[in-house]
Amino acid sequence: MSRHVVCPAAELPPGARKVVVVDGREIGVFNVEGRLHALLNRCPHGGAAICSGVVTGLSQSSGPGDYRLERRGEFLRCPWHGWEFDMATGQSWCDPRRTRVRSFEVKLEAGSDLVMGPYVAERYQVTVEDAYIVVDL
Amino acid sequence: MNAPFIEQKGRQTLAVVDCDIHPAHRTPGELLPYLEPRWREHYETHGVHVRQALPSALMYPRMMAAGMRADSLPEKGGPAGSDLDLLRRQHLDPVNVEFGLLMALSKGGMEERNPGLAAALSRATNDWQIDRWVREEPRLRAGIVVPQEFPEAAVAEIERCAGDRRYVQIMLSSRPSDPLGHRRYWPIYEAAERAGLPIGLHPVGYNGGHPSTGSGWPTFYLQEHYVFVACMEALASSLIVEGVFERFPKLKVVLVEGGFGWAPALAWRMDKHFEKFRKEVAHLRRRPSEYLREHIWWTTQPIEEPAQARHIVEIIDWIGWDRLLYSSDYPHWDYDNPSFAFKFPMTEAQRRMIFRDNAMALYRLA
Amino acid sequence: MKMPFAGAIDCDLHPPMPSMAQLLPYVDDYWRDQITNRAIDRMSFAMMSYPPNAPISARADWRAPNTARSDLDTLRAHVLDAFDLRFGIANVMHGAIALHNDDMAAAICRAVNDWLRAEWLDREPRLCGSILVSPQDPAQAVAEIERLASDPRFVQVLLPVMGEKLLGRREFFPLYEAAERHGLVIAVHAGSTYRYAPTIVGWPSYQFEDYVAQAQAFANQTISLVAEGVFRRFPRLKVVMLESGVSWLPMTVWRTDKTWRGARPEVPWVDRWPSEIIREHLRLSVQPFDAADATAVAQTLDRIGSDEMLLFSTDYPHWQFDGDDVLPDGLPPDSLRKILIDNALATYPRLAQGAAAGAVELAREDVR
Repeated sequence: MSRHVVCPAAELPPGARKVVVVDGREIGVFNVEGRLHALLNRCPHGGAAICSGVVTGLSQSSGPGDYRLERRGEFLRCPWHGWEFDMATGQSWCDPRRTRVRSFEVKLEAGSDLVMGPYVAERYQVTVEDAYIVVDL
Repeated sequence: MNAPFIEQKGRQTLAVVDCDIHPAHRTPGELLPYLEPRWREHYETHGVHVRQALPSALMYPRMMAAGMRADSLPEKGGPAGSDLDLLRRQHLDPVNVEFGLLMALSKGGMEERNPGLAAALSRATNDWQIDRWVREEPRLRAGIVVPQEFPEAAVAEIERCAGDRRYVQIMLSSRPSDPLGHRRYWPIYEAAERAGLPIGLHPVGYNGGHPSTGSGWPTFYLQEHYVFVACMEALASSLIVEGVFERFPKLKVVLVEGGFGWAPALAWRMDKHFEKFRKEVAHLRRRPSEYLREHIWWTTQPIEEPAQARHIVEIIDWIGWDRLLYSSDYPHWDYDNPSFAFKFPMTEAQRRMIFRDNAMALYRLA
Repeated sequence: MKMPFAGAIDCDLHPPMPSMAQLLPYVDDYWRDQITNRAIDRMSFAMMSYPPNAPISARADWRAPNTARSDLDTLRAHVLDAFDLRFGIANVMHGAIALHNDDMAAAICRAVNDWLRAEWLDREPRLCGSILVSPQDPAQAVAEIERLASDPRFVQVLLPVMGEKLLGRREFFPLYEAAERHGLVIAVHAGSTYRYAPTIVGWPSYQFEDYVAQAQAFANQTISLVAEGVFRRFPRLKVVMLESGVSWLPMTVWRTDKTWRGARPEVPWVDRWPSEIIREHLRLSVQPFDAADATAVAQTLDRIGSDEMLLFSTDYPHWQFDGDDVLPDGLPPDSLRKILIDNALATYPRLAQGAAAGAVELAREDVR
């Protein structure tokens, strides 16, 4: 397990997303209303760059004719076949056990905690004053 | 958001022939320069005349971005499928497409009710395919769009284009206004056989004047998506049972985007009940399944995904590995990438056949 | 394959269609006046789906007229006794369901049902019946179900596979509500009212194509029932596809499962895999079984993934098999009891009750 500083927190405000390359892997990092998610940028089904998909909620219903959009901002819809993935776990809604996009630990860390190391920051100079988005691989 | 995704490096390194790529108009007026002045004026005044209430909308709106890959919108604007450069970067190059067959669907004349406009739109669409796409990108090949409901005009269009080898097939809509086995369509098959070109049947968003099922219209897109299969089954049985292949023994038909998993069950059904109806269809000298295996090819997308991979292998064993043609359906939402879509075991030889060699031979692309 | 043991339940057999003259005693004065004075009693109600003299409509050796024997005795000899059946469900697909006058259609359906009860069910305890209704007027269909539901010998409601609207639509929900409440199964039988072309691409030239196209109609109805959430709303409802051909099912299920994964938000009440819903709620009769040979039958069953969806049927007198090879070759021996008996008892609550009552009767006889 290694900690990777992917960007300063200021570069990923709520509503933003970023695709970064960490250790040779493309990872999408999302800030959805303050919740951070990191997902491998490849749909396990058809191979799409899934992190370009729409972030949305889950359509739910109590029976025919009843429509509700719940859990807004918690699901990523693949840009190709529209399969829905829970961004917190990477699990697909239809087949959570077998179809999941790889998800990673991601958190906001203070520069003052990071400078002690160990961490990998390929493109950023970590300073004590700032906060950073850190992905665990 | 939804920036075009450029495939870095696929696992599939084999050169492929993609039998279903959709080119789109950059602007609504894109065909105008290709129309004769009389039809340009007509088109600008009246637009198209099709068999549905909303001629410019999808009666069953798709789930994703108007039926497109949400990541296929060109950076410089215009609809998905309208930017040749993006088609190259997003699909032809990374997927290693040796030849890509165009399926020009939108307002091509196949479903137009006005006979003169249908013929004019078909001519324009065919010229446009060459001018805008094939001339610019030598990997692409065109399909001859014809005003299929007006067979005389369709034959004229086939004869106008067939000498140009950049057209590799004749395209018909899989939602005609009559089953395609009907004799009124036979002149089209005669022309196809004479030209040595396969017929490609592709689903369209317009209907031919009949509800999507024998019990009326479906409610949801989830249901409408299935009827692509019903079209292909009905057309395959029509061509077989009405005797088209008896009359045109060299005719080849490609069923595009209608699945193939249904083929054995349909053949079994036809063969089983053929015994009982034999005298009614005395023009058939062989069992229906024999015509199916001899005259029909299938494209792969959207690939069947049964829970058990062996089921799909059994089906292909029945159909014949020489009968399947890889297709991506780029840029539509249910795009199949050759590196990921085929989730069943194949030998290297089988892979080669499906991804390239079958299409090279059928369309004489070499 | 021959019948391996006695006691099977035939879920699809057809008494000869009654003539309008036979039905006259079962209509009220108003309709008797209409039917006779408009010469409706001299019309043939034979359906386009089953031309009377076409080979599909009756097996040649079952056609031979035997004037010395009643229709019921003929059916006994050809089916009930021949295959040693415990129960047979009699389905009368009367052409009245195709009439455009909903009231006339409903009146004739009532007459058909009463005729079936009086002339068949009352005389032969092995026979059960289907309640024929004209689905285009759901309110009258529900009324007919309510009228007959107290008679436990009616075990299902009979609908044609091609009618005016797809069966998942909400206007049919009252039918399903009534059926579920009364423990009746919904039976969907081959045949069309020809409101539309039987194929999506129009009118075929040959009857053969119409017959082949019915498999697509069954597939479309299956998807309609799933997509519209019929089984979410009526979790105890079972739908039996009669004379469907069976082998269209696996591919239909694969395709629907796959499309659902992307189209799910459109129908959020479909909250589990279509394949699961279909396996739980759909049943299919095994004649005809559209498969080339025993291997193809076994493959189809393997692709369906369950031997609990199939119900035995003869489809008598339709020509689906020869001699006494009443079962398709290739059914696994271990599944035969299920297909011939147990699946039907699990599907039809009323048959299960009848069987239990019958067992008591038999036990009493033993005691005597």
